[in-house]
Amino acid sequence: MGVRRFFEAWPPLTLLALAWIATMVIVAVGADLLAPYSFTALDLRARLSPPVFMDGKWAHPLGSDELGRDVLSRLIMSIRLSLLIAFFGTLIAAAFGTAMGFVAAHFRGKVEALILMLIDFQASVPFLIVALAVLAFFGNSLVLFVMLMGLNSWERYARIARGLTLSANEQGYAAAVRQLGASNLRVYGLHVLPNIASTLIVSMTITFPETILLESGLSFLGLGVQPPLTSLGNMVGYGREYLTRAPWIMLTPAAVIVLSTLSISIVGDWLRDRLDPTLR
Amino acid sequence: MLRYLAGRLLRAILTIFLVIAFVFFVLHLSGDPAMMILSADAPPEAIKAFREAWGLDRPVWEQFLAYLFHALQGDFGNSMRDGRPAMQLVLERVPSTLAITVPAFALKLLIGIPAGIYAALHRNSLADRLTMMISVAGFTVPSFVLALVLVLVFSVQLGWLPSAGSDKPTSAILPIVTLGVAGAAILARFTRSAMLEVLGQPYIRAASAKGLQWRKVVVEHALPNAAIPTTTIVGFMVGTLIAGAVVVESVFAWPGIGRLLVSAVSNRDLAVVQAILLLVATTMVTANIIVDFVYGWLDPRLRRGGTRGR
Amino acid sequence: MTALLEVSNLSRVYEVRRGAWPFGRQATLHAVDGVSFELPAGRTLGLVGESGCGKTTTAKLVLGLVPVTGGEVRIGGESLPAAGTPSWRALRRRMQMVYQDPLGALDRRLSVGRQVMEPLAIHDIGKPAERLDKALAMLDAVGLAQHHFDRFPHELSGGQRQRIVLARALMLDPQLLVCDEPISALDVSIQAQVVNLLLALQQKLGLAYLFISHDLRMVRQVSHEVAVMYLGRIVEQGDPDRLFATPAHPYTQALVSAIPTHARAKRQRVVLPGEPPNPVDRPAGCAFHPRCRHATTRCRVEAPALRILADGRRAACHNAEQIA
Repeated sequence: MGVRRFFEAWPPLTLLALAWIATMVIVAVGADLLAPYSFTALDLRARLSPPVFMDGKWAHPLGSDELGRDVLSRLIMSIRLSLLIAFFGTLIAAAFGTAMGFVAAHFRGKVEALILMLIDFQASVPFLIVALAVLAFFGNSLVLFVMLMGLNSWERYARIARGLTLSANEQGYAAAVRQLGASNLRVYGLHVLPNIASTLIVSMTITFPETILLESGLSFLGLGVQPPLTSLGNMVGYGREYLTRAPWIMLTPAAVIVLSTLSISIVGDWLRDRLDPTLR
Repeated sequence: MLRYLAGRLLRAILTIFLVIAFVFFVLHLSGDPAMMILSADAPPEAIKAFREAWGLDRPVWEQFLAYLFHALQGDFGNSMRDGRPAMQLVLERVPSTLAITVPAFALKLLIGIPAGIYAALHRNSLADRLTMMISVAGFTVPSFVLALVLVLVFSVQLGWLPSAGSDKPTSAILPIVTLGVAGAAILARFTRSAMLEVLGQPYIRAASAKGLQWRKVVVEHALPNAAIPTTTIVGFMVGTLIAGAVVVESVFAWPGIGRLLVSAVSNRDLAVVQAILLLVATTMVTANIIVDFVYGWLDPRLRRGGTRGR
Repeated sequence: MTALLEVSNLSRVYEVRRGAWPFGRQATLHAVDGVSFELPAGRTLGLVGESGCGKTTTAKLVLGLVPVTGGEVRIGGESLPAAGTPSWRALRRRMQMVYQDPLGALDRRLSVGRQVMEPLAIHDIGKPAERLDKALAMLDAVGLAQHHFDRFPHELSGGQRQRIVLARALMLDPQLLVCDEPISALDVSIQAQVVNLLLALQQKLGLAYLFISHDLRMVRQVSHEVAVMYLGRIVEQGDPDRLFATPAHPYTQALVSAIPTHARAKRQRVVLPGEPPNPVDRPAGCAFHPRCRHATTRCRVEAPALRILADGRRAACHNAEQIA
């Protein structure tokens, strides 16, 4: 394969984005090994020390915060937690939404009307507001927080799954397999799901950055991930207090958020072109 | 048409009811506001008295019915913090929020739509690519990051604009710009793809093949048709005028609905949270209805209130 | 003698709403209305009519894919169980369906070989090795080669896909195949091949076909008996040669006259005025009377029953004797 053809199939921007995502995954997985300090360790003699690129010392490559905690170590831990939350949030949304879509398409009638009403309901109120309302009242349980993230944009999957299942049931392969005597489990699990998987995966590349943004936004407001745990949004929120004296505390996690969401969007666009030409 | 209107209204009311019910039950089942407001080590008698005073000792469904009953009479409960009527507290903040969201909305329209149209008409040009790159940034840069970067540049470094508060007339500039830029990016992307879709349609090619002036084709055929999908996103933006500024208001310490919501949530001030959500849901639903009618006006095929694709 | 398939007084009604909920009035759509026929083992019944006349609904009712509103379907003397029940599933081994659009009826993500084996997996028949052997034998029986086994639906031609659908249906050794427009989506050159295959399989396996089509010539070629449907009812039924040579019902006459022939001059084309009416607004009396040249006052008020004519076939027309 020629160089030209290689870059046509794998555009440089996509390669960069993939490389960034791979780095983030490695950082998340190997967080404990990679972090030079414990993310809660205090170093009171090196408080607010600037990062290397602002003439700081190599002891704290990305600087330190007001309590002398290493920004790099905190960043690594934040990447891990933020990615974990976004990953499971997206997964929950996809699983729940797809299931709802299947249920709506399978039972039709009143069940479908009810699910469509829930979809309308979800789409008619900004989720950040609902999340805010629910959140503080539930307290700072990480599990509940992840589940809440999973409620975001489930309706997208429900719509897709319902629409594609309806058309599959109407005339296509699903009806044919059911006519052969297949159980619902077989029809949905072995036939419908694999057929709509590429569309669902492309949708997940849209939901994933959305979930990162939602999580970081809530954490920034102090209503998401709670200390001592730390996430990217948390770090930006904390760094905001030191905007004038130590902008690096806020800038590095902010850059990571932007680069990560950007990379996933780029890869998502690329995947959409390759996997699913029907989506725009 | 009248039938359609009635049906639409019925569904709107149902949605608002759902929002109220959902929030009410979630809030009431998720924790005890008495503990939160009075702190956990308050004397048991005080907690008991607090609960009785707010009706928290009764079953949840009874509280809900009482809430609905009072809400229908315009009484949305009192703030548990300062005892004033919750809705009044919320409505006081509306002008302040609108003072930044309305100019930001204008900014979105003025930048986003022309940029999207221009990019679509000059597809793959430098301007198009630039617009798209900026618009991707609009999706991926969280508003609080944009806000803080703007503060860093214009307040900290240059010292031109205040970084927070609402005491000076210039205080509103940074919040408006933050909201406007992000929205304009989204709108530009949307308008562009709507335009591109319309420009690819056979009737546009037919119209230009007939020898109609390109300018005329664009103005008379392409723009009105591209306006249809764009209306949806603009409608959604109208819906967020009330509560689309939660994060931005918090960053800039702007005394609007968003900040009230954050503080009410932190304080577990049930009635206030409830009142804000009611207001938000009503605005969104109203905006949706308006969008539906604008749709009908823009697209004669839908005028008889047929089923719009889900 | 009991026939393999007995359909008596079959009806299917849909409640439709004209206009959006909760407004608009309720209306009743009679998709299939009092249809009866018998199909002995190893024979073919052709079902013809315009689109929307209830042919496909009849097929789905016969297979139990759609619950009946009235009447009964009996297969081998036994009443059809409700869709989705274990006994309904077991019954799939006796009756199968062939679809109009073979590409749509196949899962485009699975190799066709796996799809041909799937019925055996569903009904838990045989060991994997036996399933494979049977699938390969079946590919051979429908005129495909072994190397087609690992292909995907989009890699095959339309005719080959329909052969795959046929092979999949035959894996369970059914006695009845319901063929819903099995050739209308295929190229004309391929149609004859598939029809010949169907005829050969019938000879070899003793299959009964319920053959649904709007292509009268094809129906005449494959059927032992033909039923003509109009707006959910059978209007004429009988031996294909006689029915097509001297149609008794004015609607059949119109259909037959529309068949392109070499000897055009011999027959006068009967052109039907208007579109078939919406089944919701079924005309009173004989449903066909608004389009019928021979309609009398009686036709407007009294619906004709399907009755046996002198030559043994049946027609639902008050004036059948005068017209024929």
